[in-house]
Amino acid sequence: MSFSATNFAQPRPVPVGIRSNEKSLSSDPFRFRFRGSPSFLGSPHSLRFNPTPPLKLAIPHSRRSPAAAVTDVSNGKMVKSSANMLITKEEGLELYEDMILGRFFEDMCAQMYYRGKMFGFVHLYNGQEAVSTGFIKLLKKEDTVVSTYRDHVHALSKGVPARAVMSELFGKATGCCRGQGGSMHMFSKEHNLIGGFAFIGEGIPVATGAAFSSKYRREVLKEASADHVTLAFFGDGTCNNGQFYECLNMAALWKLPIIFVVENNLWAIGMSHLRATSDPEIWKKGPAFGMAGVHVDGMDVLKVREVAKEAIERARRGDGPTLVECETYRFRGHSLADPDELRDPAEKARYAARDPISALKKYMIENKLANEQELKSIEKKIDEVLDDAVEYSDESPLPPRSQLLENVFADPKGFGIGPDGKYRCEDPKFTQGTAHV
Amino acid sequence: MATLFQGVGAVTPFSASSSLDSNKLLLPSRKSLSISDSRGSIFVYRSDALNLKAATRKQDLLIPNAVATKGETSTSAKSGHELLLFEALREGLEEEMERDPRVCVMGEDVGHYGGSYKVTKGLAEKYGDLRVLDTPIAENSFTGMGIGAAMTGLRPIVEGMNMGFLLLAFNQISNNCGMLHYTSGGQFTIPIVIRGPGGVGRQLGAEHSQRLESYFQSIPGIQMVACSTPYNAKGLMKAAIRSENPVILFEHVLLYNLKERIPDEEYVLSLEEAEMVRPGEHVTILTYSRMRYHVMQAAKTLVNKGYDPEVIDIRSLKPFDLYTIGCSVKKTHRVLIVEECMRTGGIGASLTAAITENFHDYLDAPIVCLSSQDVPTPYAGTLEEWTVVQPAQIVSAVEQLCQ
Repeated sequence: MSFSATNFAQPRPVPVGIRSNEKSLSSDPFRFRFRGSPSFLGSPHSLRFNPTPPLKLAIPHSRRSPAAAVTDVSNGKMVKSSANMLITKEEGLELYEDMILGRFFEDMCAQMYYRGKMFGFVHLYNGQEAVSTGFIKLLKKEDTVVSTYRDHVHALSKGVPARAVMSELFGKATGCCRGQGGSMHMFSKEHNLIGGFAFIGEGIPVATGAAFSSKYRREVLKEASADHVTLAFFGDGTCNNGQFYECLNMAALWKLPIIFVVENNLWAIGMSHLRATSDPEIWKKGPAFGMAGVHVDGMDVLKVREVAKEAIERARRGDGPTLVECETYRFRGHSLADPDELRDPAEKARYAARDPISALKKYMIENKLANEQELKSIEKKIDEVLDDAVEYSDESPLPPRSQLLENVFADPKGFGIGPDGKYRCEDPKFTQGTAHV
Repeated sequence: MATLFQGVGAVTPFSASSSLDSNKLLLPSRKSLSISDSRGSIFVYRSDALNLKAATRKQDLLIPNAVATKGETSTSAKSGHELLLFEALREGLEEEMERDPRVCVMGEDVGHYGGSYKVTKGLAEKYGDLRVLDTPIAENSFTGMGIGAAMTGLRPIVEGMNMGFLLLAFNQISNNCGMLHYTSGGQFTIPIVIRGPGGVGRQLGAEHSQRLESYFQSIPGIQMVACSTPYNAKGLMKAAIRSENPVILFEHVLLYNLKERIPDEEYVLSLEEAEMVRPGEHVTILTYSRMRYHVMQAAKTLVNKGYDPEVIDIRSLKPFDLYTIGCSVKKTHRVLIVEECMRTGGIGASLTAAITENFHDYLDAPIVCLSSQDVPTPYAGTLEEWTVVQPAQIVSAVEQLCQ
């Protein structure tokens, strides 16, 4: 197959994780589909009673890095000297703190929701913290993150204060979006978080645009320091959406500095990824467009971080995009309104055993990077941060009526000219929010 | 006097011979509040009113309290330069690209091909492939990409090769373009311009003859303008690019070859103002885009029959310029809306509601709205002609209204 369109280098054989311990998938493409009875492809019957093999990762030899991954150490397989550690103590503590912040925050959200402090659709990130922390902690402040409706933890990892996120969830005027966005629309100009999108897939083109801006600045505006990268986070369900493919094409075509991070948690509300996708291996779709495609264990923050480093460096160099598929899992339902009855409890238990936070904790303790007490004190600190955030949000004012019309247009002349000849935005009722527009 | 419309079925009804420049007179514009509108004023359009016969109590109503700008008198018809509408769009675009390096264009075939209607011809050679970006055929995604670029500091212009294709971008236009400034609490602005040709052409078939203004009009957070002459095309293009709001600029497939003389000096028009095409006393006719020419054609007939229609090109489809419209309604007390949009839920429907709400007391008759039939535009020339409002219908509507 020749790629004559542009000169791009064949993506170098990026280490790929294989999905099962036994054979590689290619030898038996239907392995996951049929389990005995010829029931309809992916019927829940076959999934529930003949669960597909756990999507465990074996680390192929090519992926062995000198430093040990979390799982290796905890299995007692490899112990390396601290000189070869993947992370320093400071980095480890930073990662731990970020994941704890994410986890505790989401738990607090659930609490607050059930107490009636927030409403609507709230999607929690429990279990997926390794992906957010693993990627976002490697970014500079000027780099951009684009997320989906499951965006609280992305916001926190990017640096948006817990207070701002919590009061946004409470719908208060001090929220990061003045209470106008809500759970699914977290934005922060200061921290370059451009969303928060409610429809899946619609953030990916926006992320592509941010990456385009970065390239434009470098090549057209000749800003030498413009090497900002963009991360687009989205789920497995999105990978069947047209916008995903259109953007993979454009990003690879123009070598945009973007990384597409798929948080494959196997479930799109109640739709199993395997029931919805003809080829469930999402990482493979990268090379189809001429970009590197990587699969990584998304429950292991160190592995994610390693892959992220490479992808971010590639983007910063100007060598184009990467598609990273992170195998991860959400411990809670799709949203707080989801009874989560469809998922097999055995599956949930398997992934709970791979909790990224416990794994990192174990790694750090066993490698003498930190002790129990230090980690406990981090947890305590986060507890305090969250208590403060809740208190702050409780005490913050609700948005006043005058705020209603303020941000509809950047230039409020867009409301037009009223019958009296004046621009409507000059009407005093406008600033009170009671004008008729 | 050059005809404005050569009749039904003409391929390019606006050929070189139909210059629209005759005696242009200026009326003082209302004190404009927009900063960009330094010189843009409302041009009064003088139609073939030299045939004005009856209308006894009429003076020559076309002599205004002229505030002539810069020696613009009827003898200065030679100043400025003549060009076609698509060239005017290009000129406006080029001037803005020259002025601000963040302005960029993206769309299908805008670069090497020069744009399917040649609006971007020559720009890729001048500014490079990244600034005039040829995109793959993925409207939703490249419109979203434009939005993302706008949020991160650029000022993109997204061209839909045909407005109808923007239906594929509806997700991005509605959810992101219109809403993100609000949902981000005002943190991000989206200074994007989405433009392209729409409207009923000459037997282009149903899907290429769509009018999307009615579909987009409910989206909060966007502005919509429709250009109709080379002069306002250039002015609106520049205003749209300079605006911090997302603007959708509607062009019309059949108007690209209109020729007009436009000023040499730089000018920017106001996005929110309507244009007084022909002042009158008997009836207010509100129109936009191509229907303006059908109306002016009908106006000739009406004037011959003794009527004095006031024709306003509303230009700003969202928001409506209720001041210009209101002043007119208060003067004439009768309103006729002529549009190319579909009848149901169209711009005319909204305009009717807005006028009724605000100026009900001034109306002597119900508002009449002439729109296209609620029919997918047929291919056959005769059928196509009947889906769109024709001058004869306008004449009879006015006659009925003025009884």
